[in-house]
Amino acid sequence: MKKYINTGNKDTRSGFGAGLTELGQKNEKVVALCADLIGSLKMDDFKKNHPERFFQIGIAEANMIGIAAGLTIGGKIPFTGTFANFSTGRVYDQIRQSVAYSDKNVKICASHAGLTLGEDGATHQILEDIGLMKMLPGMTVINTCDYNQTKAATLAIADHHGPVYLRFGRPSVANFTPENGEFVIGKAVMLNEGTDVTIIATGHLVWEALLAAEKLEEKGISAEVINIHTIKPLDEEAILKSVAKTGCVVTAEEHNILGGLGESVARTLSLNNPVPQEYVAVQDSFGESGTPAQLMEKYQLNSQAIIAKAEKVINRK
Amino acid sequence: MKPNTQQLNDFSTQVRRDILRMVHAVNSGHPGGSLGCTEFFVALYQVLMDRKEGFDMDGKEEDLFFLSNGHISPVFYSVLARSGYFPVSELATFRLINSRLQGHPTTHEGLPGIRVASGSLGQGMSVAIGAALAKKLNNDSHLVYSLHGDGELQEGQNWEAMMYASAYKVDNYIATIDLNGKQIDGTTDEVLHMGDIKAKFVAFGWDVLEIKEGNNIEAIISGMTEAKAKTGKGKPVCVLLHTEMGNGVDFMMHTHAWHGKAPNDEQLEKALAQNLPTLGDY
Repeated sequence: MKKYINTGNKDTRSGFGAGLTELGQKNEKVVALCADLIGSLKMDDFKKNHPERFFQIGIAEANMIGIAAGLTIGGKIPFTGTFANFSTGRVYDQIRQSVAYSDKNVKICASHAGLTLGEDGATHQILEDIGLMKMLPGMTVINTCDYNQTKAATLAIADHHGPVYLRFGRPSVANFTPENGEFVIGKAVMLNEGTDVTIIATGHLVWEALLAAEKLEEKGISAEVINIHTIKPLDEEAILKSVAKTGCVVTAEEHNILGGLGESVARTLSLNNPVPQEYVAVQDSFGESGTPAQLMEKYQLNSQAIIAKAEKVINRK
Repeated sequence: MKPNTQQLNDFSTQVRRDILRMVHAVNSGHPGGSLGCTEFFVALYQVLMDRKEGFDMDGKEEDLFFLSNGHISPVFYSVLARSGYFPVSELATFRLINSRLQGHPTTHEGLPGIRVASGSLGQGMSVAIGAALAKKLNNDSHLVYSLHGDGELQEGQNWEAMMYASAYKVDNYIATIDLNGKQIDGTTDEVLHMGDIKAKFVAFGWDVLEIKEGNNIEAIISGMTEAKAKTGKGKPVCVLLHTEMGNGVDFMMHTHAWHGKAPNDEQLEKALAQNLPTLGDY
């Protein structure tokens, strides 16, 4: 199996902050807005370097989305920053009408997504945001897996015209994708070629999928691992090519089983090549307080869960 | 050359005919607020706004207008068409399948003159503020205008936007509130009494002025000219525009009944008889 080196744990939100800092220097159309979470979103440097292009909106997310939509009229590329919960569910109608339906070039950048926000608990741990955002026509939905990829995605979405939802998180996780790697929106990344099962993972579960593949190899199971950083538009070609070879799929995501990556993959399979699929996802529940590691274990979002589902789905072939 | 008062009144009468005929043709739409804001739209597009030829989304180096209470699309469409943004004949497609003139305004079909979708209430002020901020960043000294229903102020996002606009001195922006005192379920006082709207805007740090005769074109031009003079002084500007819902059609005034109801054949005939053609029907 192909070896991936963790160059040191880092949080994905810092990848966003680094990307935004770089964008500030190279693209003067980029503006940033924040709803009282500058430190949490790592937007400090952008604010310091470009105070005229930074907008502190206060605790008023609906207004932030509307102002961002307005800033595009005049040619700006607004990046909004707050927690995923307040970036989506709280402002769904503002995003729907003023951004998505109006086709505004707004980049909705959301940190603290999923359970790994940890101790703050379920009020802040949104597990429905991928579903909410992917249902909006014209919205691009991206969930990055590590620091390097989040930085690369932040740079890439500035060059993409149209609304984007960029989802990342709070905890320090393995940083293993190439530094300054290319990020192509809508293009899956093949991490490991295999023949027995396809593991399709997004976000923090990608590293867990690699750990699972290593263990599966020890058990004599050859797992193909695909990093789907873009949930919409989905790289259906990469998925179908892989399952044509392996004949079964495990999807893995830090999201509700309803509405997430797994359902997008299932739709692709049912339309083209129905093969057995198992889901590593939250089973239609809210989260709770705890450390990220405790929560990922309790809700079965880790390499052990992926291994169990892989063995199960292979038996269903 | 700017049109004179008689020409503007004639323009308004023709817009009223358009509104009535549009909503009658599809037996749906919102004539009440449209008729009430007719003079405001005519004054804005024919006199007050500094507009470029043609239309582009960015709207640099020209004044911009945002309609937040999108349900009064008939007056918006009529005035846009008759101001040259798209063919007047297209008004006949209002609310029909495959039309650019959707029930509520949208950019989705590429209708010139529209810069954001509206209809779900309470979002336009934030968008207008964003556009005003972009103008400041672009060193563009032109103004941003918006219109909101009074009932629409019941939506909380407006108050977030009002707070922001004064705190960050968005002073290249004039928000007008259509004070007709009516909404779908009754008077605004009956549905949700909003207290002293002027005092609330003042308390939120805005420069506020009132136009008492919101269906008098000269009063609107004079009031809005005064409002323009208040821009650039560190405060956002609010105009409280007192209008009569259904203005120009006797049986549509003094009631909220025509907020979202179309006239039947007989009622249309009666209403059109009170507004004879001036510029030619579409």
